[in-house]
Amino acid sequence: MSAVLPLARLMQGNEAIAEGALAAGARFFAGYPITPSTEIAEILSDKLPTLGGKYIQMEDELGSMAAVIGASLTGLKSMTATSGPGFSLKQENLGFAAMAEVPCVVVNVQRFGPSTGIPTAPAQGDVMQARWGTHGDHSIIALCPDSVQESYSLTVKAFNLSERFRTPVIILTDEVIGHLRERVCLPQPGDLPVVDRKKPPAGLKDYKPYQPGEDGVPVVANFCEGYRFHVTSLVHDESGAPSTNPVVTDKLIKRLHDKLMKNLDEIVLSEFCQTDDAEIVVVAYGAVSRSARRAVKEARAEGIKAGLFRPITIWPFPEKEIASLSRKARAIIVPEMNMGQYRLEVERAAQGNTRVTGVNKVTGELITPSEILAAIKSL
Amino acid sequence: MTQTSEIILSGSGGQGLILAGQILAEAVIRDGKNAVQTQSYGPEARGGASKAEVIISNDDIDYPKVTKPDIVLAMSQEALSRYAGELDPNGTLIIDSTYVKAPAQTDARMISAPFSRLAKESLGKEMVANVVALGALAAVTGVVSMESLNQALLSRIPPGTEVLNKKALELGWKSARQAAA
Repeated sequence: MSAVLPLARLMQGNEAIAEGALAAGARFFAGYPITPSTEIAEILSDKLPTLGGKYIQMEDELGSMAAVIGASLTGLKSMTATSGPGFSLKQENLGFAAMAEVPCVVVNVQRFGPSTGIPTAPAQGDVMQARWGTHGDHSIIALCPDSVQESYSLTVKAFNLSERFRTPVIILTDEVIGHLRERVCLPQPGDLPVVDRKKPPAGLKDYKPYQPGEDGVPVVANFCEGYRFHVTSLVHDESGAPSTNPVVTDKLIKRLHDKLMKNLDEIVLSEFCQTDDAEIVVVAYGAVSRSARRAVKEARAEGIKAGLFRPITIWPFPEKEIASLSRKARAIIVPEMNMGQYRLEVERAAQGNTRVTGVNKVTGELITPSEILAAIKSL
Repeated sequence: MTQTSEIILSGSGGQGLILAGQILAEAVIRDGKNAVQTQSYGPEARGGASKAEVIISNDDIDYPKVTKPDIVLAMSQEALSRYAGELDPNGTLIIDSTYVKAPAQTDARMISAPFSRLAKESLGKEMVANVVALGALAAVTGVVSMESLNQALLSRIPPGTEVLNKKALELGWKSARQAAA
């Protein structure tokens, strides 16, 4: 009978990711702590054991990612968290997870690089690493929160998507949002949907773990749940056995691509803010979208028709959305804490329909609203 | 109408300014307002410059960093010289005179009290100078209620230090009232 009001409280972005993971049912974390992601490991090392879960601090990032894959194959929702330098080291096994279709969540709290860069300063230099960091032609999902509240809800979403599509999902946040503390009202348990991976029925005679369903996603049994089969990062047939057959190979790679690209409605999340009549559209993600939001409000107050488009799912790329905006807007501005990684994609999707420019800041500081406002006014 | 206060808490690493920022932001949320807290710090655990930023508003807070501070707390000479100049002329500068020997030239209102020395001499622990400073900030700026500050403080300190911290908060409140009188 009692309607419990969600309690407003101060929470840090990294803390919200840890809490979101627990709410999504994550019960395994393996990692190697690195600034500015360390709080995620710290909190989960404390809380996972109390929930019957497991926290392992591994010897390095390669081992961490391998342990995450092993744990997930036994049926546990599994994750790791790192920053740019560690993200590079996880790439090889991240590709294994994509190829062997092992659900897992990898958090990258981006810091300033390249290399060890400035460990405590923010950047968005890993946008393309998130897309193409592992070798080989693969599809991937990457989500980009812009608040502490969204760090929580997107972490739940990341687990849901990874279980639903049996794919690694990257949470690509940054030092600003990871270390930001702000007001949140966490949902009550049950308010956010939680998705669990499908399981095959028991006792199938001719079970093929990698036989896809109609949606392109196979129903792979968890280890120790009644089926014996092979998991490999080699090209494999539907039984899981390695193969070099061109027909099998073509079918597998295209299916891995299509299982995401043919289900974009379930995957691509984005926010439109005053874009309906906007002549100038700012495309911004992560912490920078907060500066952009303020800049757009200030531009509107001065009578400039500006709007904000915020990709929440940054990979797969919101092709349709950008194409449609490019047909209406006089110009698109892409502010980023890098030299223009996402701008190139926006330019490609805009197909020459409109002018696309960047605001690129690589000082180790967040782009300010006035820097974006100046760009809006210059067009 | 949107009412916003931008606050910088600055000093040296180890003075507890980031924790003070968290307590202030949490107290403001308990007051029913919106708050964000960010920080910048070097790789050192002690020494080096340390800064916490808190923005308080009755509206959404988009850009989470301080652009023009209304309130600056300076607990070291370096912090004062770095941030006092950014202060809004109608703002408030709060100085720990234990470590700030040469006060700034500013049009802003200036409140000066020896928070660190008071903490050490009256309470036997310089460690709680950050809480003394928070009490002073609440007294002279009114951006946060003492009741919420007390609650937020109690939720973020180690068990067994409740009495010490409560005293530190009250000490700061009184010292600022006297300094402002």
